[in-house]
Amino acid sequence: MTNVETSMVTRADFFRPSIWTRLGYALLIVYVIYAAATLGLSWERIERGVGYGAKFLAGFFPPNFTKSDLIPGLLESLQIAFLASLFGTLIAIPLSVLSARNLMPSFVTWPVRIIIILCRTFHPVIVAIIAVKAVGFGAMAGVIALTVASVGFVGKLLAEAIEEISKKQIEAIRATGASFMNTIIFGVVPQVMNRFIGFVAYETDSNLRHSTIVGVVGAGGIGGTLFSAFQRYDYDFVAGISIAIIALVMLGEVIQIYVKRVFR
Amino acid sequence: MTSATTELNQWIRFTPAQRLARFAVYLGMVAAVVWALKTIEIIPEFLYDAPEQVLDMGSRMWPIDWANFWPGVWPALIETLHIAAMATILGLCMGVPVGFLAARNATPFPWVNHIARFILVATRSISTLLWALFFVAMFGPGPLAGALAIAFHSIGFIGKMFSEGVEESNKRSIEALQAAGATRMQLIVMGFWPQVKPTFWSVALFRWDINVRESAILGLVGAGGIGVALNAAIDLLQWDRVALILITIFVVVILIEMMVMWIRKRVI
Repeated sequence: MTNVETSMVTRADFFRPSIWTRLGYALLIVYVIYAAATLGLSWERIERGVGYGAKFLAGFFPPNFTKSDLIPGLLESLQIAFLASLFGTLIAIPLSVLSARNLMPSFVTWPVRIIIILCRTFHPVIVAIIAVKAVGFGAMAGVIALTVASVGFVGKLLAEAIEEISKKQIEAIRATGASFMNTIIFGVVPQVMNRFIGFVAYETDSNLRHSTIVGVVGAGGIGGTLFSAFQRYDYDFVAGISIAIIALVMLGEVIQIYVKRVFR
Repeated sequence: MTSATTELNQWIRFTPAQRLARFAVYLGMVAAVVWALKTIEIIPEFLYDAPEQVLDMGSRMWPIDWANFWPGVWPALIETLHIAAMATILGLCMGVPVGFLAARNATPFPWVNHIARFILVATRSISTLLWALFFVAMFGPGPLAGALAIAFHSIGFIGKMFSEGVEESNKRSIEALQAAGATRMQLIVMGFWPQVKPTFWSVALFRWDINVRESAILGLVGAGGIGVALNAAIDLLQWDRVALILITIFVVVILIEMMVMWIRKRVI
């Protein structure tokens, strides 16, 4: 009996994390404490903040939906989202073909890749700041900002989709003597079409979300109305706008799911 | 049906219902674009002088104000990175439990699933800037509000990806544990967790990458980070400094993306 017991004790615990894992978690905890200190996180502050939060939430009720600038702002956001998705996709299609390494030589793909990366790196709101400087306040700046973001997003994903296609069909089409355009239309497009529809649906959805905030920097849409309501401490209107935005975004998500189902 | 029976030789790819649905989607898309194009408000005078404005901006951005990097931009950049990291950790701490509650196989109570799913969609629908406005009103301007804003916005994304990962996990080991009489907590820790660990790390890395980009704009509403410096430079029309900040953001985002790709390839 004693023999069995000692052998039980000496057996390694398989669920015990290794020394490196435990060291990693210890480092993570040290970092969290350090970063929390630099961010000015303290109990007292959180307590006070929660107090303000309660007051602030009380100001939200009842939400105000009756102000006249609510509906035009939402419609302008929708316009920005639709046009940016259209222009962004139209620009992204040729760029992604040009940047696919299985269709183009590297001296073409590299410059185009850099353009796509540039479009993707900056948050739409930052692009919107530059666009507002270029074309002034209003929906136009929002359309430009979100178009740039769409080019980056659709361009990258579509280029990856094109690079993953099967080479056999392309070669079969080429063997019939097809021109370059015909190779693209009959060899590449059928292979990437389904994924492309998914990207565009996702992109439109994401443009709808962003079109509600670019207004914060003056690029049109409901965001500007929201920001000024905030600065006027008009909290019941803020609540109304926020609920309207959430409803719009959720509606967009539902429509996106249905559209994807239609094309499956 | 009738057309198919009368003309047996004719092959039709989609059923009439499918074709109708596709037509409806196309019609809806065209209608949306036409409506947007017809009603959008564009001021032509602003468009005419756009090239001039862009050239003017370009000339003001040159030469780039490199001297301001130290000590102007550097602390703001570090603050941005702290905000992104803390927000990711906090978002994971809040998003993973909600993700478990939303997964139908880990939490077999439909009403809990529905509530958790609603939390995921709602937190995702409120954009980072809107969360930031709320938290600035609560905690005052500063990086704390920014970190909380990104963390709350990340809950939706993390929870959604994570619950999908949990729902795809293999049933066998779970059933073996259940047969051995494991409690619900033991099921999660010993059964689901080892299976979704790779999903967890890839979601964490992916979200961290997104959060760095997002934390660059928080400063526009006063929630800390490099956006504060950007906003100040724009308000003071110091375009050479704006150029420096934009280049900094670009380099940092590219470096982090490369790092994430490298870690993915090596570890996951």
